[in-house]
Amino acid sequence: MFPLTSSFDFSVAAFLAAAFALGLAFGFVLERAGFGSGRKLTAVFYGYDMAVVKVMFTAIVTAMAALWLASAAGLLDMAEVYVVPTNYAAQIVGGLLLGAGFVVGGYCPGTSVVACASGRYDAMAFLAGIVAGLAAYAQFVPGIEAWVRDNAQGEVTLPSLTGIATGWYVLAFVAALALAARGMAWAERRFAGLRPR
Amino acid sequence: MKPADTAARLPAPYWNPYVAGFVLGLVLLATYLVAGRGLGASGAFSALVATIANAVSPAAAQANPVHARYLEGGTPLLDFLPLLVLGTFVGGWIGAKSAGRLRFGLDRGPSIGAAPRLALAFGGGALVAVGAKIALGCTSGQALSGAAVLNAGSLAFMLAVFAAGYAVAYFVRREWL
Repeated sequence: MFPLTSSFDFSVAAFLAAAFALGLAFGFVLERAGFGSGRKLTAVFYGYDMAVVKVMFTAIVTAMAALWLASAAGLLDMAEVYVVPTNYAAQIVGGLLLGAGFVVGGYCPGTSVVACASGRYDAMAFLAGIVAGLAAYAQFVPGIEAWVRDNAQGEVTLPSLTGIATGWYVLAFVAALALAARGMAWAERRFAGLRPR
Repeated sequence: MKPADTAARLPAPYWNPYVAGFVLGLVLLATYLVAGRGLGASGAFSALVATIANAVSPAAAQANPVHARYLEGGTPLLDFLPLLVLGTFVGGWIGAKSAGRLRFGLDRGPSIGAAPRLALAFGGGALVAVGAKIALGCTSGQALSGAAVLNAGSLAFMLAVFAAGYAVAYFVRREWL
């Protein structure tokens, strides 16, 4: 039955309308989480407001558990779900660059869109930086693209890598979230003095 | 000032982060169930830049392997991620407007000027763009969507993002604290 794209013949317009509607919900939730503010987002790196990890971790665990249940109940065919191919070197190097850009610039691509919609001039500069960075990447180092894709291993997930069933990972992530919540509450008390006034 | 005025000027509080995370998880779940893929953002900007490059010089854009991927299908902006990001903008605007948080200004710490903040935002955006290109995705497409399906590379990506963020945070503390 799910994903709908495999059981239902979407017209192009209907598919794009669905994408727009999902984006509406995505943007609204990010805004309500406080992710339209670079100051709140980068606070995670100084420990006085861990909202970024709380929100992301909870979202990941929620979706992971629900996808696992839907798949186990036969409602969702995971074989029809697109998973980004794995290239560890590319993902680690790219992640390091993105993390550095995140704390320097204040945003990541999705949150900068929300901050832009909230009227933040720095988010508009950040978006201009994204466009400039993409143009420069395509212009000066187009060869990296082929290397990343040609050396990708296809779909590699923790269950496929270790042979341990998905359900155990779901359980482990729920337990890790509960522990992390305690740790983050401690960090927020420990670093409360860093919060700028 | 009357109390009612004060209430009208204060923005609505943010949601509890665990509640926001739960709802965000449901949005991510809906995206997987409807579209058979996760959320994403950086790909929309790749499509935008490919469109601009194609308008400036079609021959050069179509010969470029980075842009060509997006130009094969005809109109790169009429695709899943560009429409999703357009929705994200409108959804963010509705959220900010209805919470009383829509205000024009800069987001920065108390000790940095406007010009350096804008320059750092621009530079950070460029770094993020290159990182997302190399990693084949950003915080939405890799960290959030990938981790939810236990994608090993996405989990490595997420650890790298936070490692670099914490390592670099000290050097830009004057920007935020």
